[in-house]
Amino acid sequence: MILSVPAMLLLVALVIGPAILVLFLSFTNASLGLAGIRFIGLANYTRMLTDPGFAQSLRNTALYVAVVVPTSIGWGLLVALLIARSRFAVLYRTAYFLPVAATLVALATAWEAILHPSLGFANTLLQLLGASPVRFLSDPATAIYALAAIGVWQLVGFNMILFLAGLSTIPEELYEAAAIDGADRGLKRFLLVTWPMLAPVTVFVTVMTIIRAFSVFETVAVLTQGGPMKSTSVVLYTFYQEGFRFFRVGYASAISVSFFVFVTFLSLVQMRVSERRARWKASGGQP
Amino acid sequence: MILAQSSSSRIASHAVLMTGAIIMVFPFVWMILASLTPQSEIFNGDLLPTPTLHGAIDNYGTALSAIPLLRFMANGIVVCVAILVLQIAIAIPCGYALAKLSFPGRPILLVAVLLGLLVPVQIPTIPIYIALAKSGLLDSYAALVLPWIVSVFAIFLFRQFFVTFPDEVLDAARLDGFSELSIAWRIMLPAAWPAVASFSIFSIVAHWNDLYWPMVVITNPDMMTPSLGIAYFRQAGEGTGNVGALMAGGVLVTAPLVALFLLMQKHFIRGLVLGRH
Repeated sequence: MILSVPAMLLLVALVIGPAILVLFLSFTNASLGLAGIRFIGLANYTRMLTDPGFAQSLRNTALYVAVVVPTSIGWGLLVALLIARSRFAVLYRTAYFLPVAATLVALATAWEAILHPSLGFANTLLQLLGASPVRFLSDPATAIYALAAIGVWQLVGFNMILFLAGLSTIPEELYEAAAIDGADRGLKRFLLVTWPMLAPVTVFVTVMTIIRAFSVFETVAVLTQGGPMKSTSVVLYTFYQEGFRFFRVGYASAISVSFFVFVTFLSLVQMRVSERRARWKASGGQP
Repeated sequence: MILAQSSSSRIASHAVLMTGAIIMVFPFVWMILASLTPQSEIFNGDLLPTPTLHGAIDNYGTALSAIPLLRFMANGIVVCVAILVLQIAIAIPCGYALAKLSFPGRPILLVAVLLGLLVPVQIPTIPIYIALAKSGLLDSYAALVLPWIVSVFAIFLFRQFFVTFPDEVLDAARLDGFSELSIAWRIMLPAAWPAVASFSIFSIVAHWNDLYWPMVVITNPDMMTPSLGIAYFRQAGEGTGNVGALMAGGVLVTAPLVALFLLMQKHFIRGLVLGRH
């Protein structure tokens, strides 16, 4: 028992206690530097729902998620399928995982230079091809997509690894059986064996990627600070600004509680799906 | 694979993989090239920067002298090592107790750990920030390290690893007069080596790269960690900034992790995948 006391105390002091405190603060007008905390009920939450600034960051985040999730999952799956049959598997795996291993902030500054509005590599290439230059990160119409492209670049390798792990658990006999049924190659085989067998991994990858994309922070904080014209202000960056720059502790707490509820909801959905899957398997595949 | 592929489909798959791989690696290549190119020639309209010896000396010289880059990296090492050592020191005994000992409160602790796994790292940060600010600890190593010393993920991972450990060995050790604490350190820790290695990589990568928390608690450049240092340096020179030196800084900050990844790919990948489950 004594062995777990330090962990128990720290868990209460650093995770559970603060989390409960955040919930409490979210119902108050707490603000750093201002004396006196007053209970204001759900006012922070109603403010969140009516604040056009927050609605904007929610929209931006949704747009970012809508681009990053399908692209990085589809690309990761494609790479995993192709790598699994490639003779250069190790080499490709290394290349695709490199962005996951790197320091994102440093590589984000490299992306910024590559996407330089007039003289970067991307625009030099566009001009060589006869297209007009794009002000990627400094145009409100394109900035969130430029950040999403960096997000995809960073997540493909991670999703690829999860799909590779999933592929390696599919028994070879299933492919042999499918071949006897005439599904011996290509799309047919993929639809009959690979895709259904990969379903639990796909659910997991999807939930993970949604949470990760929803939590986008570094590239925004370093490259755009939410601009130009708030076109890249996202939920976590807004939370950071409200909590630690404007010190609106109560309001920031309400944002983080909502974030927590959203993430927990997704995790529970994922757990439910994999549980049902496990039960289905345990019953010998009988629904 | 049961089926021989046609050579045309093999070439197509190769082309797809190769194109993607080039996109993945390109920012690294560009960063290295630019870090070796004189500042005035990086944006000269050429497709790629052309390295020169003089440019390399200039950029890396600036990165190491004008920016306290070595200081950022030293801070990063201090913070990562301190966090990791404390995380393991706290999680190993706890994981052992949860897996092998029965004591009042164990079920509650297990539930608390599982709940802790659900809490995103940003959630507890407001109260912790206020506590650090009130005790005058902002801009210190303590502020960078303390919030992370208990890792529910490490406790959970080690507990899972210990559950299958044979009880006979533990009973024999107790007969030999081992205390529970020395069992945790001298028997369980070595036995958990693969889990410890994976967790260490996850922890080091997470805290070396972290931007969010250092941004919250650090404003003094002398206390900045690598990611925050790079962000700060970029911010300081925005518009007229020295891109060559910034890229040199990026190369230096990224190199240790990339080297770790290339040297121990298996552990590295397992660590990151486990950590994000």
